[in-house]
Amino acid sequence: MLLPCLALVVPFLLVPALMTVHLSTTNMSLATLGNTQFVGLDNYARLLERPELPRIAVNTVVFVVPNLVLFSLALPLAVAALTTVWNRSVGRFARLLWLLPRLTPSVVYSLLWVWLTADAPFGTLNQLAEVIGLQPRNWLLEHPWLTIVAADGLIGTSFATVLFVAAMEAVPRELVMAAQVDGASRWQLLLHVVLPYIRWPVLFVSAYQFLSLLASFELILLLTNGGPGLWQTETWSLYAYHQAFSYYAGGLQIGYGAAIATVLVLAGLVASLLFLRLFDFRRLAGEPRLKVA
Amino acid sequence: MDRLRSAGSLLPLMALVAITTPLILLYGWLPLAAFADEVRGLRPSGLTLDNFRELFQPVAGGSLAEASVRSLLLACGYSLLLLAAALPAAYALSRLPMPGRRAVLAALLALHAFPFLSLLVGVYQVLRELGLYNSLLGVALVKTATEVPLAVWVMKGFFDRIPWELEAAVLVDGGTRWLAFRRVCLPQARPGILALLTFAFVSGWNEFLLPYIFLPSQQQWTLPLFVRSLIADYRFVDYGVVAAASLVYVAPPLLLFWAGQKYLLQTYALSGGVRAAR
Repeated sequence: MLLPCLALVVPFLLVPALMTVHLSTTNMSLATLGNTQFVGLDNYARLLERPELPRIAVNTVVFVVPNLVLFSLALPLAVAALTTVWNRSVGRFARLLWLLPRLTPSVVYSLLWVWLTADAPFGTLNQLAEVIGLQPRNWLLEHPWLTIVAADGLIGTSFATVLFVAAMEAVPRELVMAAQVDGASRWQLLLHVVLPYIRWPVLFVSAYQFLSLLASFELILLLTNGGPGLWQTETWSLYAYHQAFSYYAGGLQIGYGAAIATVLVLAGLVASLLFLRLFDFRRLAGEPRLKVA
Repeated sequence: MDRLRSAGSLLPLMALVAITTPLILLYGWLPLAAFADEVRGLRPSGLTLDNFRELFQPVAGGSLAEASVRSLLLACGYSLLLLAAALPAAYALSRLPMPGRRAVLAALLALHAFPFLSLLVGVYQVLRELGLYNSLLGVALVKTATEVPLAVWVMKGFFDRIPWELEAAVLVDGGTRWLAFRRVCLPQARPGILALLTFAFVSGWNEFLLPYIFLPSQQQWTLPLFVRSLIADYRFVDYGVVAAASLVYVAPPLLLFWAGQKYLLQTYALSGGVRAAR
């Protein structure tokens, strides 16, 4: 009964993983098509020599860290607490609104941000800026990182809020009531009862979002495609994508792109194994109910 | 005292409004722009349906209708593939004692966490080898493979909660495991299956990156690629038409979700790992 599942996972996940590593040791590109050779670790050596490498590494950190800390942890915890511990009735509506970024197709979502940050007199931000007397500007071009992190971040907020709300709702009534009988304020309730209770979902979101963010480049591709300046918003995964798939970045350098991706594959592999260790896997797997076959 | 208390509850409410306002500013534009001649910020001028009329005109870049049909095909095909692959595996992992069961579960969990996007180069090669590059089926298969690990875990959770006695009754009466799976487990797990189908449909409908990379020819375009082509050159873009197209595009997933929100959200939370994490 595992067959259909394996028939998909093996050719489309496992083989590609091995293929990526294998390709990273070849010089495959548009120029060498049909004449691909084994080049050992040349692609990796080339990667290390590239002057843009430090820039791309820094960009990746700039993209991942604030995104994770502010938008996948702090903000969703705030939204979840504000709609469960406080404001329960208004909270329902607010929670539905917070679902939107996750449910909106990325093409439309990026369009909403292009509009929000568009030039005066059209963009909503510039309209607001005018009211409070700020210079209008093209936010996406002048502050690309700010725009990208906020835009991508809210998708993470949307994802994490659902999980945190569900976890906060699952806090046993007895615990909450006991705290209230003892005269705890809502703040104390949040800090000493709710937060400790939901530490596992918080850990899960941190680990999972960290890995997803490391490899995600969809929204950057849609908003700036790595620009507006040279390498200005190019992250590691976008760099791999551009090198391997873009005609403009030097003609489909598949081997080189694969080497860049392999670094991510290895990082992902190590991190997802750590992820398994983090969660008490033995309890999750349990024993099958049935002894009869 | 009363006044104090209301001030105390006003503050969190204001905080909630403050952090939710940007979202309203962000999304408010879409319906306004779709039905207006021109919008500045969030101030529309001139109510009109022209944007939609123009949208349904046939254009060189393929039509909205054709792209919608392909998106529908992708979303449905992917959802069905996902069910076909996930349900039997989830059942087996929940019920049957088999060698390597634990290893399979661990591998699936690790695969779920693994950043799939780092494998694009390898997937591209595999699709070329199999002759599935530039085909909707190829995209559906790849997408299924990336989502099946999570789907198996979620459905296993549903099967785990079905009382074993129901199935035992079928087996005692001389039925096979397959019969028990079909007659007892599938109907019992219906809420989970429906939720999984809904999520899969929405996710397939929304998918941009895989078709963008693996469906290069315009004849194969799905809706996101069509909408993207309307925006591609932002200097000449007619934002009214783009907004109208976007509204048509986002409507199905939002309506679907809104219709089943209450029970979908529970499953969403389960699938996201709240349960797995405890």
